Amino acid sequence: MSTVAYITARGLFGRRRVLLLLPLPLLLIGLALICRSYDVDPNQWGQAVVQGLGLAVLLPVISLIVGTGVLGSEVDDGTIVHILTKPLPRRDIILAKLLVAVGVSAVASAVPLFIAGVLASGVKFGIALAVAAAAGAVAYSALFLLLSLVTRRPVLLGLVYILVWEGLLGRWVSGTRVLSIEQYVITIADKMAPTGMLDGKVSLPVALVMATIFAIGGTLFAINRLGSFSVAGETS
Amino acid sequence: MSVVELENVSRWYGNVVAVNDISMTLEPGVTGLLGPNGAGKTTVLHMMAGFLSPSRGTVTIDGSPTWRNPGIYRQLGLVAEKEAVHGFLTARQFVVACAKMQKLPDPTAAAQRALELVEMTSAQDRRIETFSKGMRQRTRVAAALVHEPQVLLLDEPFNGMDPRQRMHMMELLHSLGDRGHTILFSSHILEEVEQLSGLVQVIVAGRLAASGDYRRIRRLMTNRPHVFAVQSSDDRRLAVALIGEKSVNGVEIEAGGLTVRASDYGSFTRALPRIALGEGIRLRRLLPSDESLESVFSYLLEA
Repeated sequence: MSTVAYITARGLFGRRRVLLLLPLPLLLIGLALICRSYDVDPNQWGQAVVQGLGLAVLLPVISLIVGTGVLGSEVDDGTIVHILTKPLPRRDIILAKLLVAVGVSAVASAVPLFIAGVLASGVKFGIALAVAAAAGAVAYSALFLLLSLVTRRPVLLGLVYILVWEGLLGRWVSGTRVLSIEQYVITIADKMAPTGMLDGKVSLPVALVMATIFAIGGTLFAINRLGSFSVAGETS
Repeated sequence: MSVVELENVSRWYGNVVAVNDISMTLEPGVTGLLGPNGAGKTTVLHMMAGFLSPSRGTVTIDGSPTWRNPGIYRQLGLVAEKEAVHGFLTARQFVVACAKMQKLPDPTAAAQRALELVEMTSAQDRRIETFSKGMRQRTRVAAALVHEPQVLLLDEPFNGMDPRQRMHMMELLHSLGDRGHTILFSSHILEEVEQLSGLVQVIVAGRLAASGDYRRIRRLMTNRPHVFAVQSSDDRRLAVALIGEKSVNGVEIEAGGLTVRASDYGSFTRALPRIALGEGIRLRRLLPSDESLESVFSYLLEA
């Protein structure tokens, strides 16, 4: 399992797309720093920057880049065959990849969110955001890892989920929020450190249970899909 | 000693039948899987390697099904046609990683042995992305051999290799076959199979057209001429000279060059440069037409 994780991490950091992880965190921290240095009231910018940019864009987009990168790119270029032709339980392969995806996404989103949270309200808010982001990274990663196995266009489908389902429908159609990881993250952070800046629309039990379902369900489904992984022949 | 068995195996994609009711048994030794492009060779190999489920029938190695059974990779090695490798690793790192994933007791030593076997030790500490096609191919063979599998499947292993590498790979496959490994390699080039001189399974249009000793099948094919497209500095004069050659059955002069029908592949390809040199004609292009091969196969299918 550690070898799979090693190859996955080398592959992830060896590709240029790892640079895509930098702009959003820098933008988030930069905006928070600017608002803070001009002494703007956090209640005026907190929601837009922390929730609007941090939780609605930064966390899902980073999880998407990493989550589809750990498996999707290997499926794309065919290198996955070298890992699959080993007597490893498919569970171990998925868990190793998930571990790398969660680790990288959690660090890349929790750190900037922690800094933005501290600048907006204080250390407690920063910690709440970091913990919620880490929980969100687990659910998102499981979802995007699964997408890499069920579709040939995981990035596109992931973007549709983030932009259309969470961004558009989640705002106006209340029923869709139950299936929105963004809403779970907002609720978890808000309950840990209520500030008035976050606007959670689902209850805490729903958020916790649904985030767990996304994480475990996505992982189990991905393990099953990898077990029946087919390589298309030239005649297909 | 391992036996690969296909029993009444069919595979279809939607309405397209890629493999149609094939039964075969592979015993220890080298076997060639021969067929024109698109015949279904890769589909058969992928089913043997557990990367495709047969739509009907069973594919087993020593009695265990290959589909959804990762345990078979302890005794199976696969060199796929797609040459994708983790290019950011060095050859040694890659083969050691494969040995570790096979859970071998001493991965480093096993990797070293495999790299020596394919003569890649001198370049083993270079990143794979800097390798030529042939070197990549050998590295992938080392990775597939690192756990000394009883069964080795290779899809078009000679593609992109220069003649020396090709010869070395053939020797390697030979020696593995002699040591009791079950080796299957696919190819659409008859001459490659001829040189490995093992048993062949011929697939045409998804069906098993012939199976057995290569020489016997080849004799069946000799009344089908090989077709070559030739271009030279003086096509007409070359045509005159070629028609005197014993292995040439016919020459057609066309706008873009000559179409030569030869009865014997080997003697024609040896005679052509000699004749051209003698006549002082410069050869610009020599292309064996793949269609001729396909026509040989379809002839086999009709027979």
